[in-house]
Amino acid sequence: MMLKKLFAFNGGVKPDYHKGESNHLPIAAAPLPAELVIPLHQSIGGVPHPLVHAGDCVRKGQLIGGPDGNVSSAVHASTSGTVKAVEPRLMPHTSGLSAPCVVIEPDGRDEWIEHAPVPWRSMSPGEVRDALRDAGVVGLGGAVFPSHLKVNPGKLGHLDTLVINGAECEPFITCDDMQMRERPEGIVKGAAILRDLTQAKQVLVGIEDNKPEAVAAMRAAVERLKAERIEIVAVPTRYPAGGAKQLIRVLTGIEVPHGKRSTDYGVQCFNTGTAYAVWEALELGRPLISRIVTVAGNVETARNYEVHFGTPMQDVIALAKAKPDSDRVIMGGPMMGYRMPSAAVPVVKATNCILVGSKALFPPPPPEMPCIRCGECALACPVDLQPFEMYWFSRAKIFGKAQEYHLFDCIECGCCAYVCPSRIPLVDYYRFAKSEIWARENEKTAADTARERYEFRLAREEREKAEKAAKLAAKATETKAKLAAQAAAAAAAPADAEAAGAAVPPEPTSTATNDPKALIAAAMARAQAQKAVVHPENVEQISPEKQAEIAEIEARRAKLREVAKAAQPQEDQ
Amino acid sequence: MIEAVLVMALGAVVLGAALGYAAVRFKVEGDPLVEKIDAILPQTQCGQCGYPGCKPYAQAIAKGEAEINCCPPGGEEGIRKLADLLGREFKPLSAEHGVEKPKRVAFIDEQTCIGCTLCIQACPVDAIVGAAKQMHTIVAVQCTGCELCLPPCPVDCISMVPISETVETWKWTYPIFEVKRAA
Amino acid sequence: MINNSPYFRQPASVRGVMLKVLAALLPGLAAYVWFFGAAILVQLALCSAAALAGEWAMLAIRKKPVWLFLSDGSAVVTAWLVALTFPPIAPWWLGIMATLFAIVVVKHLYGGLGQNPFNPAMAAYCLMIVAYPQIMSQWPAVGFTDFSTQLTAIFGPDRHLDAITMATPLDALRTQLHTADARATVAGILGSHATFGNIGGKGWEWVALGYLIGGVWLVRQRIITWHIPTAFLATLAAIATIASLANPAVFAGPVFQAFTGGAMLCAFFIATDPVSGATTPRGKLIFAAGIALLTWIIRTFGAYPDGIAFATLLMNLCVPLIDMHTQPPVFGHKKDEEEDKKGP
Repeated sequence: MMLKKLFAFNGGVKPDYHKGESNHLPIAAAPLPAELVIPLHQSIGGVPHPLVHAGDCVRKGQLIGGPDGNVSSAVHASTSGTVKAVEPRLMPHTSGLSAPCVVIEPDGRDEWIEHAPVPWRSMSPGEVRDALRDAGVVGLGGAVFPSHLKVNPGKLGHLDTLVINGAECEPFITCDDMQMRERPEGIVKGAAILRDLTQAKQVLVGIEDNKPEAVAAMRAAVERLKAERIEIVAVPTRYPAGGAKQLIRVLTGIEVPHGKRSTDYGVQCFNTGTAYAVWEALELGRPLISRIVTVAGNVETARNYEVHFGTPMQDVIALAKAKPDSDRVIMGGPMMGYRMPSAAVPVVKATNCILVGSKALFPPPPPEMPCIRCGECALACPVDLQPFEMYWFSRAKIFGKAQEYHLFDCIECGCCAYVCPSRIPLVDYYRFAKSEIWARENEKTAADTARERYEFRLAREEREKAEKAAKLAAKATETKAKLAAQAAAAAAAPADAEAAGAAVPPEPTSTATNDPKALIAAAMARAQAQKAVVHPENVEQISPEKQAEIAEIEARRAKLREVAKAAQPQEDQ
Repeated sequence: MIEAVLVMALGAVVLGAALGYAAVRFKVEGDPLVEKIDAILPQTQCGQCGYPGCKPYAQAIAKGEAEINCCPPGGEEGIRKLADLLGREFKPLSAEHGVEKPKRVAFIDEQTCIGCTLCIQACPVDAIVGAAKQMHTIVAVQCTGCELCLPPCPVDCISMVPISETVETWKWTYPIFEVKRAA
Repeated sequence: MINNSPYFRQPASVRGVMLKVLAALLPGLAAYVWFFGAAILVQLALCSAAALAGEWAMLAIRKKPVWLFLSDGSAVVTAWLVALTFPPIAPWWLGIMATLFAIVVVKHLYGGLGQNPFNPAMAAYCLMIVAYPQIMSQWPAVGFTDFSTQLTAIFGPDRHLDAITMATPLDALRTQLHTADARATVAGILGSHATFGNIGGKGWEWVALGYLIGGVWLVRQRIITWHIPTAFLATLAAIATIASLANPAVFAGPVFQAFTGGAMLCAFFIATDPVSGATTPRGKLIFAAGIALLTWIIRTFGAYPDGIAFATLLMNLCVPLIDMHTQPPVFGHKKDEEEDKKGP
């Protein structure tokens, strides 16, 4: 085989890998727990809306959370059983906050809902994307970005390179390694599907060279399946080679900047586990309901387990037997993982590793010293940032400056904090600065909306006032015209209509302003005045009863008019 | 002696002319100060500052008629930003205008609401929907928490509820490492 | 205590960095003792003690954790650099005053470790050479290593220095080239005295070699990067080469310039001070080249024995500007910058 030309990214570190602890035992299935707590929000994007209620019976693979719009992903029941509740539960998130979850009591039958392979070859790209969204396929490398949004040939209509990420650079984690060793065919088939969907010219599967067994297994699978245009590439082991952008750089030399779509550069990257999930979803029709999770760290027997989503982490840890001095549970690896608020939080799609920590394994950081600008962090940064400058401004809360130093390009890989001789928790400062900037941005948008709405309201009030004033002016003119008409009628009666018509106009014009509204009002008043002039004509012949009735009505009207007149100035104020 | 005086005088004239020219040439159009101040104000339009809205308060500050510490929703940070922008001294929030509170939104108890529309008329940002004799409700995302709808309500059915933190809005805290402890 | 990822850390520390810097000074120091006697060790001890005392007092006043910062080794590094740039037979109070000035004023009044905009040792050197130019120019003659005489020179009471001092090669060049003797040439002056050695002054060239060895080790240990030493020495050599080719009678050659005075110490230990120096790769090159240029100018045309201290301080002033304009392109943004340069 031709040796592929590889590229390097700057920076990176070589921590202790601890991979051998968990990759010598095959993947085992974790038993179903007494209760599954399935969070509805397990991916980037909108929160899926619950489709089940307490008391409902669900089957394995049944949709329980419908995607909220296109940037969202479905959530399914991991097994058959009864929905006990749909309520907020503690999330696998450092904040220790709760979010809506579907709580399922398994019935033990583990009975699948009816499912069938998706005829994706005969479907339009949009339909395939919908199918992946409804199967809940998201990036299983840890970022849980909805995969259907990435299955896209991009602007050019085809991709140059599809990168399948099997680098798995974080210490302790071996779930991708073991999946590649034990289930390489599913991954290769998934990669082939993704290749066809993205119309990629070539597929490069990048695997760090500290996993020779995985490389061999994957190569054998490619040969066995005679998969075309799929190449397994061993890449040098250096953290964070498994970062999507770093791996794309290593394999293709292309650098995808922050905030840009990688498809615009002709590349796209999926995790090996995601490729496997795509194959399961399309070829087997099975939604994503479980994943392989490494349990490692301060445990007796570190191992990989196939775990149903919603299984409490403590149940999985119990299988590996945590050592007594364990003091924390981390989701993910030691470089980028997040501390869990409790061991009871459920395994979710983002859980690639449950890392049990202790003071001995992960000693508390020594006291933080001032930054001496030694530049070690800049040498270690895989995205060529100047971490100490970002630290300086984040610490001083000068967020604008921190952004000028490309704070948002930071992938929070932790290399800078790893090498810092002053032991500064650099990444904590960046996380703080980022969330603060996001919050401010939201606040600013809210303030801008409020300002806009307030100004609109002011403008509307102004307009309403003007309209009311115009109406009042019209009414006033009308009343005046009526009075004038009455006077004219009294003077000219019983004159003929023409004379009255000729006599009326001079009166309003003398009082009318140039305002067109007033002119219209005057015109209307004229018409009414004519009516008024015409009106008395047949009064002579009517009976006295009728006359009395008319008088009564007129009196009532006059009264009303007076009331209205009295009310007008008040309204005007 | 005379030469020195002349040289200095000439220098003063030349520099003065240059400065004068620059002042004319690079004159800043308009008065962006009000806009800049308005951008710092939180746009709650609550009137706690004694002005009918954020913009009038901004205008008053720009004219030098108002203090910069009259805006409780803007809080201390807002005052600091104003102090920075205007080069004025920082002052703690003036107590007569109110106290800084965590952000809250109004909530209408729909059982009690009689549909009088008084709150709708009071809301500065039109965040309340409803019609006469119809139940009203508040569009929470547009509510600025100004509390102006509270006094007009004849049945006291509006309450202010604090905005609860979610996983999405949760913020990482400022890393505080006590160096002193280690010593 | 809240601790977030990464949970792993390299076992690096400020103390480790400082200890390695001190270790890297040892080869040069050994040559120093060999050629000029043990007086320098007395000065090192005096300055270190003064630095630690000053540091302790300032930490206590500033209510900082005393032991944590006292043990970081940064004060001792400053003290050693003061001692190594001062004449070893200077009176005892000179080094102590200089070190205290460096620690108290230049370091702590600016905010302590990591905050000082100026190199403390060089600021102290500048202060002392302005205040006591006479004492600062009294350098011992090579080979004169009698310890008791040196002790008398340091602690008094009577300092009879004429017998044990001599002009350094740089001094000799400046004074003789600047005098009316129009026939004086670089080669003539340097050849006139056996103790001027072959390269940069007898003894001094070996000390410089020691610094070079220690410095290269520091680069290999990743405590410093190659940028500053390379740019400094290359610039100094380039300017010296051009000048000496243009007029060999008046301008000394590149090897002499690099191996005499404090050039080698500056290249690897002074200009590389990360706190007061430039931090970006390109910035480091500019920063070091600037020091070299200024050093050469001050050496050649100035009135002071060596130019590194003033040159370093002047370039320290430029660091924020240099850093701001030499930010390296961020991952994926290299193209943007090229496009920016091309303009719309």
